[in-house]
This record gives sequence, structure tokens and C-alpha cells, in this order.
Amino acid sequence: MSTVATINKASPFDALQRWLPKLVLAPSMLIVLVGFYGYILWTFVLSFTNSSFMPSYKWVGLAQYARLMENDRWWVASKNLLVFGGMFIAISLVIGVLLAVLLDQRIRREGVIRTVYLYPMALSMIVTGTAWKWLLNPGLGLDKMLRDWGWEGFRLDWLVDPDRVVYCLVIAAVWQASGFVMALFLAGLRSVDQSIIRAAQVDGASLPSIYLRIVLPSLRPVFFSALMILAHIAIKSFDLVAAMTAGGPGYASDLPAMFMYSFTFSRGQMGMGSASAILMLGAILSILVPYLYSELRNKRHD
Amino acid sequence: MNAINRLAAVISLASLLPLSALAADPGTVEVLHWWTSGGEAKAVETLKQQVTKDGFIWKDNAVAGGGGAAAMTVLKTRAISGNPPAAAQIKGPDIQEWGALGLLTELDEVAAANQWDKLLPAKVAEIMKYDGHYVAVPVNIHRVNWLWINPQVFEKAGAKVPTTLDELFAAADKLKAAGFIPLAHGGQPWQDSTVFEDLALSILGPKGYHAAFVDLDEKTLTGEQMVAVFKTLQRLGTYMDPNRAGRDWNIAAAEVINGKAGMQIMGDWAKSEWTAAGKVAGKDYQCVAFPGTQGSFAYNIDSLAMFKLKNDNDIKAQNDLAKVALEPEFQTVFNQNKGSLPVRQDMDMSQFDACTQKSAVDFKEAEKGDGLQPSMAHNMATTLAVQGAIFDVVTNFLNDPKADPAQAVKQLNSAIKSAK
Amino acid sequence: MTRSLAPRAFSFSRLAIYSTLLLACALYLIPLIVMLLTSFKSPEDIRTGNLLSWPAVITGIGWIKAWDTVGGYFWNSVKITVPAVVISTLLGALNGYVLSMWRFRGSQLFFGLLLFGCFLPFQTVLLPASFTLGKLGLASTTSGLVLVHIVYGLAFTTLFFRNYYCSVPDALVRAARLDGAGFFTIFGRILLPMSVPIIMVCLIWQFTQIWNDFLFGVVFASGDAQPITVALNNLVNTSTGVKEYNVDMAAAMIAGLPTLLVYVLAGKYFLRGLTAGAVKG
Repeated sequence: MSTVATINKASPFDALQRWLPKLVLAPSMLIVLVGFYGYILWTFVLSFTNSSFMPSYKWVGLAQYARLMENDRWWVASKNLLVFGGMFIAISLVIGVLLAVLLDQRIRREGVIRTVYLYPMALSMIVTGTAWKWLLNPGLGLDKMLRDWGWEGFRLDWLVDPDRVVYCLVIAAVWQASGFVMALFLAGLRSVDQSIIRAAQVDGASLPSIYLRIVLPSLRPVFFSALMILAHIAIKSFDLVAAMTAGGPGYASDLPAMFMYSFTFSRGQMGMGSASAILMLGAILSILVPYLYSELRNKRHD
Repeated sequence: MNAINRLAAVISLASLLPLSALAADPGTVEVLHWWTSGGEAKAVETLKQQVTKDGFIWKDNAVAGGGGAAAMTVLKTRAISGNPPAAAQIKGPDIQEWGALGLLTELDEVAAANQWDKLLPAKVAEIMKYDGHYVAVPVNIHRVNWLWINPQVFEKAGAKVPTTLDELFAAADKLKAAGFIPLAHGGQPWQDSTVFEDLALSILGPKGYHAAFVDLDEKTLTGEQMVAVFKTLQRLGTYMDPNRAGRDWNIAAAEVINGKAGMQIMGDWAKSEWTAAGKVAGKDYQCVAFPGTQGSFAYNIDSLAMFKLKNDNDIKAQNDLAKVALEPEFQTVFNQNKGSLPVRQDMDMSQFDACTQKSAVDFKEAEKGDGLQPSMAHNMATTLAVQGAIFDVVTNFLNDPKADPAQAVKQLNSAIKSAK
Repeated sequence: MTRSLAPRAFSFSRLAIYSTLLLACALYLIPLIVMLLTSFKSPEDIRTGNLLSWPAVITGIGWIKAWDTVGGYFWNSVKITVPAVVISTLLGALNGYVLSMWRFRGSQLFFGLLLFGCFLPFQTVLLPASFTLGKLGLASTTSGLVLVHIVYGLAFTTLFFRNYYCSVPDALVRAARLDGAGFFTIFGRILLPMSVPIIMVCLIWQFTQIWNDFLFGVVFASGDAQPITVALNNLVNTSTGVKEYNVDMAAAMIAGLPTLLVYVLAGKYFLRGLTAGAVKG
């Protein structure tokens, strides 16, 4: 009763104060509704149409999805994403954690070393791709350099080998992002409560086991943040493929984002491109929703 | 000065501003294209100079990459936003697609005033029209089925200029034995498909080629001869540099120019690289029709399609661009730089080199019979979807040395069916 | 701030740590060194020498040529990046403030929806976004491009600020509210002054993302208003005769210089900001 009374008595100014948070959020809500979900819905609709060159709205049911399932290139792209994404995330995490732990040992010139690890993140994927394309170029790059240095039998031709080209993408992407993971974990390590560690040290635990058993498990939120950012990079690493291999040789290094782009824009098969986009989003959703759910539920209690 | 005077001054200034802006607006023509490499950029520059000389503003919108793929993305988004450029580099069947969307403007007035019907070969004019009206202006005719030869390398290896596929392989063997790369090639889908298309034209003949890539006739696509095309392609692949993946065509051309490789299978734009390197046709290099395709002419025509505009001055600028693009002056400079054939039939061919002159003769010859065929690899024969499906099969096949030709034919057929 | 688990005495394990760290440094630096060396070589030198060889003659011709082709687009990128970064950071701060301190029914759901938006492949939004921009009359304008960057940067900026503000004790804000402080007063007087670390993180992140963007730039900017990444792409994807790697590399360095500088100069704020809470869930 009393609350109702205060609302009734509230001045226009107080009412404004009550509505302000929602008002402030309103533009962003509009943006999210239109710019994210409206556009997803639009893509979803297109995936059921026979859109070819430009959007059209003639309904064809699941035909585009059926065609996509038959398309060999789509499966190559999907498999590549699994291999690329899996290796990229795993290696970046391992390197990032390792470097962070090592860097947390009171290292002289830590700031300089940190910057060296971090700088690749500043470059665009196009620059990274261009540089690595050249470094890994058989006959021009590292391949030639090591042979010039007397390593006669050395061959580094992954970039032109359909079975191994995807590892080239992994190398370039790890180079770019692992330093960032290092920064995340270093930040995490710096905020770990010292008393727990000292207590463990008193108990006679060795340094590696303290890290493995106590420190790293306490960084679970950092793992998740890193995972989110890495997964985000993996799914969107379109520029990298475009600059480094353009999907080649053949279409051996194609990725779903690349597939979607080329079918929608250069192939004139917009319906199928939309279907592939929806499948991509579906896959992301199935991984992300459980995580978001647990995250947001936990947050409500703090 | 009192307040009223000041006010009056401000008002008169303000009212003058839009007027003067209008008067100073001579009409702008925005051109979206991907002619960015050396010779091409020079050619575009001449077009720009002409249009500027006629008193209009040229707004250049060059987007390189992916053989125009990036530019097409830009064009599609611009069209959807209701703000297309005045002109865009669009060709072949795509002109029909854009025309069907109702976005292209009719150029009939310019065409009539400048007698395009008389100037252009009938086949070319047909491609430029949508629904019987001119909507695009052609700038050149490329011939795709060329073989480029470095005679010095051939001489050193003791190889003979080939006229049949058997002779091609004989020459390649000689080159290989002498330590040269027999065939310079870049491993990009469109280059792989260019070689594939030339082989198809050679083995199936122009009629079979038409049935396969224009009519998409299943019997031709799955026939024994198509298997032979893939088999030959596989064999040809063994004469190419294994490190070719992703290499640009002009880097491959440079290998022939520098004498590292003996020959290259490429359209006549390859000549621009030879010209840029200061080499003379017929003396420093030779151009012959791809073995077995003598008398045929696989064409690739570049054109600028014109979009509907609202501003009258801009339309004037657009019409001027259409007119200038076909004038002898631009046709000469552009085609000399690009290595292609002028579209105008009344040009003085003595200003062009031996290769282009030969091309002109072959074009007239091929036009009489079935020899004049649209290039599949260059988006003249079929829709982008079908072309893409063919690209996927061909490039995947050529990059897998263990691939089975019979299997590839089956894949080709089912891929085309699903893309239709 | 500096603290450690390990003693600072010399030992074999410390030697191992230092050598691992230095080896990693070398690996991270090689591409940059190669790019730098290459950009100062002549094309002839590039063909004959190897990647890490010192230029036979140091020549600036690559840099001059590169600046001539992409330099003009440098300011376009500045004009696009600065407003987009500032506005998206400001919006992100306000959103994060509401989502952490003024929760209401549905605000969590909104946050979830926004996070999912981070993962939207941008290729899918090109067509509908250009349709929207056309309707707004912003097609092919710099303002249109800035708007697109703001919209698709919002998810990350909001995420940063929200997580940061979540670690601020509620009591602080509650006390201020009891004192009668309003929505913006609390934001301006209490939260904003303590937000410097996260603002730095957000600025650096957004600056890098937007400066390096190619896709939106090529599609939504037209002609001479294109950002430098588009010019770089045109240069790298075009070759006449011999590929001029020195020019390519110099152009890539020019395009990457501003973000590199930001990372080198502001890198420590970045780490400080992350430590201060951006990584907590």
C-alpha cells in the first residue's frame, strides 16, 4: 500500500527518474532488435525462398537446406571450421596461459615483453594474412630461408597442400590472438588472492602444482572470457582466409563465413547463402546459450 | 552597418548559396570497377580525362579483389540501399539479371545518335540489350583461348610451337626435360577453369562446347569426351608448378616473360604484361590459338552497365560516359593497354600489334560459323551459380593429383543440376 | 602491484623461464621484422636475398610509393574511427551502468540477446543494413558508416562496462540513491570517475576493431571516402608484372601504424583495465 502511495504522490521528476534507466537503454534495445534480430529474421526468411541474384520472396520450403547438405564444399568448410576453431582455441589458450604464468614470475622488463606478445592483436587480419602468406610461401618465405641456411631437405609447402593448408591459418591466427589471451590471464593472475597461495606454500606444495590445482581453477571466469573472444575470432576469421588463401588450393581452406559470403554475393545463390548463415548461427547458439544461461543466472545472485 | 542591413546580407548570401551550388554542379558520374592493375588503371585514366574534358565530374570507385567479387558485393549493397553508382562494370548474362530488376537505364538515345547498331557486331549488341533496349556499353572484346609462348625458351628446349594437343604435350615434355617450367599457371579457381574451358573447346569442338556450357546438356556433360577433357586437364596439371596455389595470373605471365617458363594458357589480357615489360608481339613472344581451337573464338566482353539516376545533370554525365566509351580515341588507348580487341567494327587496326590484328581476323571468321562462343570461365556463358558450381569441381579436381576423371564428370553434372 | 610467488634469486628454473619468454618474443617479432626489412628493400633484393637478410641498399622507395597510393585514405579512416569509437564507448558505458545498477525485468534477457549479437557474422547484415541506411538517407555516407560501426561495436562495449560495474559494490550506489542523487548524478559523480581503466580498454578495443575493419568500409563508404584498409586491399590485390612486396609491406605498415602505436603506448592501461574487472565473467 505504502509503495503505491509513494508512486501516486511522486512528482513528474521522480517518475522520470524511474523511467530513465529504460529510456537510456531504449536506443540500444531498438538497435539490437532491428540491427541484430530483425536482420537475422530477414536472413531466416530468405533461407526458405528461391532468392538467387537478389532477394526474392518465393517460398521453396527446405529446398535450400537440402541443396546445402548435398554441397561438398559446405562440408569441407564446416570441417575446416571445426579443425581450425578447435586447434586455434586450444593452442591459443595453452600458449596464452603458459606465457602469462611465466610472465607472472617477477620478470624484468615485463612491460616490453608484454607489448611484444600483444602487438599482433593490433594488426588487421588483412595485414596478418598478407604477411603470413608471404612467410609461408614455398619458394619465397621461410621455406627458402631455411634451405639457404643449409637445411637442404627442408620443405614447408603447407600453403599449397590441400590437406595441410588449414594449419597455416591456425599458425597465423594463433600468432595474432595468443598474446591477447596472455594479457587476459595475466590480468586474472594479478587479481588472485595471495593468502590462499601463501597458505598452500606453507603446506609445502610445489609451485607448478599450486598453479595447476589452485590458481588456474580459480580463473574459471577468465577461461570463459577468453573462450568467448577466441570463438568470436574463429567464427569471424573471414578476412584472414580471404587475404591468405582465398579458400584455396581448390576450396581446401574454405570456412563457413567465406562460403556464406561467396554464395550470397558472388555466386548469386542468396537463398543457399542465407541457409548457411542460419546453420552457422544455429551452431553458435547451441554452444553459447548454455554458457550465457549459467553466466547470467549466477550474476543474479551476487 | 545596422542590424537590418546585416540580416539582409545574411539572407541574400544564404539564398545565393544553394543557387550557386546548383549552377556549379556539372553532373557527376560515379563508376564502380575493378580495373586497378597497371595497364587497366591507365586505360581508365583516359576515360576519366575524356569525361572531365567534356565538363563532368568523374567519381572513381575502384574495388580490387577476387576478380570483381568485392566490387559485386559493393554494387549489390548500393543497389539495395537505393543508391547505385551511375555505371558499373557488369558483363554477360549479369546484364540481363540487373535489367530484370528494373535498375538499368535505357541508352537508346545515345545509341541512336552514335549509330551503335552499325558500329557493334550483332552478337555484342545483343548482349548489351535488355528487352530490346541498350542498357550497357561494351568497351572491348577479349579472346580467352590463347596460348602465350616464349620463343627463346622454346628454342633452347628444342620445342615446336604446338597446333594440336599432342604437339602441346610433346612441347611440354621437351621444356620439362630442358629444366623449364613447361606451363606457367596460377592456382586460382578462375585460372583453373580457363584451362579447362580451352580444353573443352578443343576436345568437344565449338558445338559441343555450346551444348555443355550454354545449354548445360546432360548428355554432353556426362559423355566420354567430357571424361577425356578431365583426363587431359589432369595430365596438363603435371606440367604446372606445384607451388602455384593462389598465384596471380600476371605473376605466372612474368615467369614466361622472364624465361623461367615456356608457355601460359591465358586470355589476351596477358599481353598487357608483355607490353608493360617492353616486349614486341611476334618477335619477343608468340600468341597462338590454344591447340585445337583454331577457328574458334571464346569471347569475354567487358562492359559498363548504366543505372537509373534521378539528377538531370548526372544523367547528362552518364550519357557522356556512354558516348565516350565507344569513341575511337578511348577504344584505341583502352584496348592497346588491355590487350583486347576494340568493339567498334570501323577501327583502323594498323595501330594495334600482330596479336590483336590476328584476333580481329579470327573474330570475323568465327562470327560466320559456330566458332564464336561465350567464355564459361569469364561469366559469359551461364549464370554465376552454375559457373561457381563448375569452378568448384574443376579447381578441386586439378588440385588433387589422385582425382578420378570419371568421378569428376559425375560431380560436375550433379553440381550443375543443383545450381540450376 | 608487483608481487610474485617465486623468489628472485638466480636459479636454473629462472634461466629456463627467461629463455622461453625470449624465444617467444623472437617468434612474435619475426613477422614484424620481416615486414620492416622487406619494406626497405628493392624488388631485386627481395628476389635474391632471403627473408631475414639485411637490405643490400636501404631504399625508401617502397614507403614513398605506398604513401602515394594509400596515404590519402589515412584521414578518411581517422574521420570514421574517432566519432565511432567515442560514441560507441559512451553508449556502452550508459548501457553497462543500467544493466548493472538499474536492473529491471527483462534487462538480463536484453543483455543475453546483446551478447549473442557479438557472434553474428557481419556478412549476413550487409544487405539489410544497406537497405536500412538507404531508407535513412545515409547510404554511402561517412555518417552511415559511423552508425554501422557504432551499432555493431555496442555489444562489446556494453559487455566491458557491465562486467566492470558489476564489480563495483552496490552499497555505494544505494547510499547515493538514499541521499537523493539521481540517475545521471550517480553515473557522473560516482561511476564515471572510477571508470578510467575500463574506458581505456574499451577505447583501445574499439579503435583497433574499427580502424582495421575492411568489410563495412568497402561496402558502406564510397569512392574517395573509403578507409585505408580498402585502399590497402586494392593495392595488395593488384599486381602488374612483378609483385612489389616492398610496397605491399610498407602499405601494410602504414595502415597498421596507428593501432600499433596505441597498443605500444597504451598497452599498460589495457592490462590495468583488464585486471580491474573486465575479465570477471
